[in-house]
Amino acid sequence: MSVSLQKGIEAFKQQIDAPIASFFNSCVHCGMCAGSCLFYVATGDPKYTPIHKLEPLRRVWKQEYTFWGRLASRLGLGKSLTDDDLEQWQELLYDSCTLCGRCSLVCPVGNDLVYMIRKAREGMVASGHAPKGLKEATLRAMTIGSPMGVTLNTFQKIVNNVEQETGLSMPFDVQGADYLLLMSSAEIIEFYEFIGAMAKIFKEAGASWTFCSEAFEATNSGIQIGSSDLAAELVQRIVDGAEKLKVKYVISPECGHAYMALRWEGPNLIGRPYGFQVLHVLELLDQFRQQGRIRTTGKETEKVTFHDPCQIVRRGGVIEEPRHLLNMISDDFVEMPDAGKLNWCCGGGGGVSVNPDADALRLKTFKLKKQQLDTTGVKKLVTCCSNCRHMLEDGIEEYAMDMEVVGLSEMIADHLLISEKQQEG
Amino acid sequence: MTTMEMLTWVRGPGLTLSIVILVLGVTVRLIEMLMLGRKRDISEAREKHSGRYGWRTVVTRSLTPLSATDTSPVIFLASYVFHIGFFLIVFFYVPHINVIRELLGFSWPSLPAWLIDALTLITMISMLIVMWHRLSDKVKFFLSGFNDYYSWFITFLPVVTGYFAYHRLLLPYNDMLIVHILSVELLLASLPFTKLMHPFTMVFSRWYTGEAAGRKGVRI
Repeated sequence: MSVSLQKGIEAFKQQIDAPIASFFNSCVHCGMCAGSCLFYVATGDPKYTPIHKLEPLRRVWKQEYTFWGRLASRLGLGKSLTDDDLEQWQELLYDSCTLCGRCSLVCPVGNDLVYMIRKAREGMVASGHAPKGLKEATLRAMTIGSPMGVTLNTFQKIVNNVEQETGLSMPFDVQGADYLLLMSSAEIIEFYEFIGAMAKIFKEAGASWTFCSEAFEATNSGIQIGSSDLAAELVQRIVDGAEKLKVKYVISPECGHAYMALRWEGPNLIGRPYGFQVLHVLELLDQFRQQGRIRTTGKETEKVTFHDPCQIVRRGGVIEEPRHLLNMISDDFVEMPDAGKLNWCCGGGGGVSVNPDADALRLKTFKLKKQQLDTTGVKKLVTCCSNCRHMLEDGIEEYAMDMEVVGLSEMIADHLLISEKQQEG
Repeated sequence: MTTMEMLTWVRGPGLTLSIVILVLGVTVRLIEMLMLGRKRDISEAREKHSGRYGWRTVVTRSLTPLSATDTSPVIFLASYVFHIGFFLIVFFYVPHINVIRELLGFSWPSLPAWLIDALTLITMISMLIVMWHRLSDKVKFFLSGFNDYYSWFITFLPVVTGYFAYHRLLLPYNDMLIVHILSVELLLASLPFTKLMHPFTMVFSRWYTGEAAGRKGVRI
């Protein structure tokens, strides 16, 4: 057995807990998870059945943690995991899973399949079977501080430009500010309107806020590739920055897995609770709305619909907030079929978007999103995750659809009612 | 061994043996599962007391929305019918209740024999549909192995032998009764070693998943 395989098996073993054992014990091979998975539904290939993607993890569980499995392997029976198996499963655990978690809502015995995939990736990383694209993005995140290679210098230049364009102030490293705003690299490079939008909203709400030069990147390649060590280090950078500035809240930007990493996995990764609260930007905007700190004016002229980012809605619990906010600025907001916690993924979550091996397959799955969108007849699609936004734009182009994709925070900023006091100021 | 001696054995020591294997087997499997533990989640819960969302999922996951997946309505229905039918036959047929009273000392009202007879027929048909689907559906066939076919077989056997015994088909009543009881004992003794463990472990898997989602504010 190769050293890397041994490391992989060891990592699988470490991940296996009572929930995972209960999931494998309960599976009756009903196949319903296939029907909930965008990769199976889009291709019809049974190898994309979610529970099948977990075969390496199941085999380790059986051989190491069940009486009969242990007995069988002592007797030289039972099928041991090989490097070839893991090589073969790389496509199944990475290219064809966006960690969207739809299967976890459908399984009749209640198996949290995405919980297992996330953990199975730990074994894949340890045995050296993560895809190249994800490895490179993770390396950039660890060394440069951003999976897309955005440096602090670049970020500050972009912020300066936006400051000049908008005339709004965008402070760095303000001690004791209420809110620390994080960014995702995609927002810095592609959707930097978000920066101006947030500055405008914070000003109107009268909130003290800041960027942190030591921690501006919210994304976390560690949880996508499946390395808790690296994920913990990336979370720690944010925690250190936020606690140094003594902020009350850290605002996770329009990015799905950044929210998952910081809000839900983070404290468990670093092994302690934070000295601040984490909010997704839409939670913050909805709080401002409820407190009357922001008001809007005018409504969207077009019919709009909302794409639910998996990590924010289904896996994150921010379900009603985007709906409240959209209803504030639209009289013609329609839901697509399966909207909310059962919505279909954009196809590029869980590291798929940075994994070129998966590109063709990802675009194939977009036909499901297209079907959903076609039923609504809208030309304007709203979302709150820059990765989803990028993937949606990609799919819309591929399928030659006539549709615009916008971020919800920017839309709110566009409709923001500027109070007289501020206009005078 | 005469037929009566054989009948006495399967009703006595045979049944005891299979129940002992069942209880010990299920206990060992649950213990080896729970011993693995679950780390406490220290992220700040959106919903406190999330345990109740776990229990909620234990109940609600029996009603997976058909629209969320692509399972055909026929299979969906057959799966419910076979589970409910099997449960009613096992626990509400007079002779079965009598055995349970002898073992545990308490009992409950039964369903009329004609209804149990009809339910048995329906259960058999739905089980055949479910097996036909396992063989013809590409996903299910792809996933299936010995455990799946064996589990189906040992569940089907008591139903069909019970039906034959009741209708005096194939073998004399007492002979068929012996076969029926033996098939039940095979089912009981095999349960801990097959996927038929799922009624026991499912309570845990549903609870874990429902609780984890519930604490994030997602009711599933």
